[in-house]
Amino acid sequence: MRKTVYKWFWAWEFDKEEKWLNEMAAKGLTLVSMHFFKYMFEETDPGKYQIRIELLDKHPNHPESETYIRFIEETGAEQIASWVDWVYFRKKTADGPFELFSDIASRIRMLNRVIGLLTTLGILCLISGGYNLSLYFLWGNPISLVGLLPLAVSVLLGIGLLQIRKQKKKLTKDQNLFE
Amino acid sequence: MAYQALTEAVYYILLSLTEPMHGYGIMQNVENLSGGRVRLAAGTLYGAISSLLEKGWITALSGEKDSRKKEYQITAEGRLVLLDEIARLTELLENGKKLFGGTDRA
Repeated sequence: MRKTVYKWFWAWEFDKEEKWLNEMAAKGLTLVSMHFFKYMFEETDPGKYQIRIELLDKHPNHPESETYIRFIEETGAEQIASWVDWVYFRKKTADGPFELFSDIASRIRMLNRVIGLLTTLGILCLISGGYNLSLYFLWGNPISLVGLLPLAVSVLLGIGLLQIRKQKKKLTKDQNLFE
Repeated sequence: MAYQALTEAVYYILLSLTEPMHGYGIMQNVENLSGGRVRLAAGTLYGAISSLLEKGWITALSGEKDSRKKEYQITAEGRLVLLDEIARLTELLENGKKLFGGTDRA
């Protein structure tokens, strides 16, 4: 039986999202598809699968990403879904622990990709918000106040960016001592 | 500096690839070699393999066409890097034993 859940996670909350998906899997609901904020699950034995999320450098259909995903699948995991540049993997718990990263350097690379994404989105929101607001001040058309919305989102993205940078700073400090 | 220290992952990957092996084989081999201590994660392993291929320290073997799994093997250059690293690690270990009086916790 399938079950659909609508839930919203910001791009910088991927840890929280992954934790939630693993809690669902532990209860016997394993992710089969994901679209924006629509998560579809199928019933499986509780705890049968472990879930990992990764933000790729390029779209999952890009040849480089396809090579990467194939490599991950050769290690016993399988891709269950993708959304924009995010991919969702699962691996049977019986086949051993499932991690995508085992050193600090590769964790930092993933955070850098998230930082890049948030920065791009943030700049786009600032431009579109700023443009519309300047129209409001120029012509006084109240519809241009819609520009406040992207500006608010860019503030949120900025807050997310700070959180990710904090995580990265901690890892960079660890890197002075460990691999 | 004559040469730089390798990461633990790269060292164990090179050591594994003295025999041809595919990605999952490397993960299992490293885990066995280290008595379960070192578990290479698939994404980290992929990054290391890509860099090692770029450096020319390992090479991808062109196996049978129908086999999906790609095998890798160490190159002559990779062997030299591994020899240097073993010399470096030996130095570290010998100095540790000499100056720290053995490796016992007590």
